[in-house]
Amino acid sequence: METEAQEIIIKGINASPGICIGKAYLVDRQGVEVVPKYRIQDKELSNEVKRFKAAVKNAKDELRKIVEKSPEELQHAHILETHMALLKDKMLYGRTIETVKQESVNAEWALKKVVSNLIEVFQTMTDPYLKERSADVVQVADSIMHNLVGTKKVNIAAIDKRVILVAQDLTPAETSQINLERVMGFITDRGGKASHTGIIARSLEIPAVVGLKNATASIRSDDLIIVDGNSGTVIIRPAEDNLVRYEERKIDYEEYKAVITSESKAPAESADGVRLAVMGNIELPEEVFALLNYGGDGIGLYRTEFQYFNRADFPDEDELFNKYKDVVEVMHPKPVTIRTLDINGDKALNNQFSAEEANPALGLRAIRYCLKKPQVFKDQLRAILRAAAFGNTRILFPMISTYFEICEATRILDEAAESLEKDGLPYNRDIEIGAMIEVPSAVIMADVIAENVDFFSIGTNDLIQYALAIDRGNEQVAHLFQPLDPAIIRMLKHVADVAREKDIKIFMCGEMAGTPHHIPLLLGIGMDELSMNPQTIPDIKRVIRSLNVADTRSFMKEVLKQTTAKSTFELIKDTYGDILAEQLYSG
Amino acid sequence: MSRSQPALSREVTIVNELGLHARSAAKIARLANRSKASVWIQKGDQKADASSIVDILTLACEKGTKITIRIENKADFNILAAITELVEGGFGE
Repeated sequence: METEAQEIIIKGINASPGICIGKAYLVDRQGVEVVPKYRIQDKELSNEVKRFKAAVKNAKDELRKIVEKSPEELQHAHILETHMALLKDKMLYGRTIETVKQESVNAEWALKKVVSNLIEVFQTMTDPYLKERSADVVQVADSIMHNLVGTKKVNIAAIDKRVILVAQDLTPAETSQINLERVMGFITDRGGKASHTGIIARSLEIPAVVGLKNATASIRSDDLIIVDGNSGTVIIRPAEDNLVRYEERKIDYEEYKAVITSESKAPAESADGVRLAVMGNIELPEEVFALLNYGGDGIGLYRTEFQYFNRADFPDEDELFNKYKDVVEVMHPKPVTIRTLDINGDKALNNQFSAEEANPALGLRAIRYCLKKPQVFKDQLRAILRAAAFGNTRILFPMISTYFEICEATRILDEAAESLEKDGLPYNRDIEIGAMIEVPSAVIMADVIAENVDFFSIGTNDLIQYALAIDRGNEQVAHLFQPLDPAIIRMLKHVADVAREKDIKIFMCGEMAGTPHHIPLLLGIGMDELSMNPQTIPDIKRVIRSLNVADTRSFMKEVLKQTTAKSTFELIKDTYGDILAEQLYSG
Repeated sequence: MSRSQPALSREVTIVNELGLHARSAAKIARLANRSKASVWIQKGDQKADASSIVDILTLACEKGTKITIRIENKADFNILAAITELVEGGFGE
């Protein structure tokens, strides 16, 4: 029992599931906690302010270098840019300088005082997500402090073995330097479920326990530790019985996970043998792995706006091509449906149109924007056609509202292909082209638009907004946003019927496709493919397997007789309530 | 659009899931930093300087919070409109 006395069990917040057992690697921040206070002579005050400004500038340069070095970590880059802005924030930067001057104190002390006051304000907040945002302020202040006192940071880029990372808190800047393949789990003193560490761990599917308060005080580097991300437990220097118990639990959990995954990786085939492709919507290339793990049969909607945000210029063709190629190669032979830029004024670079459009939903966006900026459009189309040489790629044009637009889009696509031919670059023009059906005029003109495309993809979010004239963001009318409104169902039916008549495929990529109780209806309408948030794929596959497509077709006849969204919902509940019980009553 | 003189303030509701967090606050601050005079965000009786991310964060605006965006100079109408649009559009999230 003497040796077992060393074992320590601590409880924290389970931020990412899974169990791992391994050696600890401590990322410490020594020297920052103890901040000296001393008086600055009046004539030295301006120098002290200069010293502080220099530290901020150094912190900024460090951050900038990290931003530049991490093109792959788009999500990080975003957070880092917020940190860049925070460095010069009035309440942090301005107040610290004021404090130095007013109280004649050193910059370290002034900064610490300003930050402590801010943290107090944050601690009184009730919303956990907002509360955690104080972490951003603390991290930014820490990086200034490091530069003021001159402590060297631990170089986590140099980790060369598989470890469990132990830290007080991990900043996005720090995590972006870690070779994540070397990390089998995370433990932090601070943070909650929505913390940066939690997000990273979940996307890497490795366990994490956060909010442990004083883990860094009890753990030494190279200590053996067990991280149970399911229950939020950490066992430091485990005794043999616990080690054995957790080895078993780890195996059990991995088997359980494998069953879930293998089930969701099997195709979604209805009880009467009809197969439906269940695809995922993604925004970042990094999401591809999670999508495959959830059993996605392909990417039904790859939103491409992200690379255009928060920058001064448009991304160039090669930059876009490399990202698309990554996704297409990993997914091959599964299809990747790349939606061309669906940007609107307020999201566009430089915000150059933002103040002028009174009604952006009806304004210059998506295909309209692209046709007005043919060079930007062509750069993207060239990048897509080049990526198509590396795997199964489709192009989807958003917000088509007239036949003319789809003609123009395909014409420019042909031009892009010709220019690639001239440049002697490898490309593939022989790919499927689709039109997003999300504007009522496109529903009415579907038979004409069908002549120019290989598939339709119905974007229900916008279609419902435009068809019912409902702004979902307006709480006065948000409750009228009803996917089951008979008007919407008739539109869906019409588009699907046209697609069948014209022998093209019919997909759906709006939120409606990822809602279990809509599935009987969508099967009855005859969708070929549904695309949704990756995490809902297993659930939707399960629903499809329990349905009989022939039944859903006759069910549709009843649905079309309904006159209100409410009666349609009641009908679904009465007919399929048993299958959908969980979703219907919890949602 | 109304023909009368537009008001110096607009009331909006935070619609994005995460509320006014650092990234969305940064977007507001970026716009507010271009204003001629001060731009304020008011929540109940609390007031924050819209050009400061930290000050905006201290208002703790969760999803569903009603805030008032206020400008002091008519020359900043476009900024008022742009911030309103940003908030109502859920920051494009």
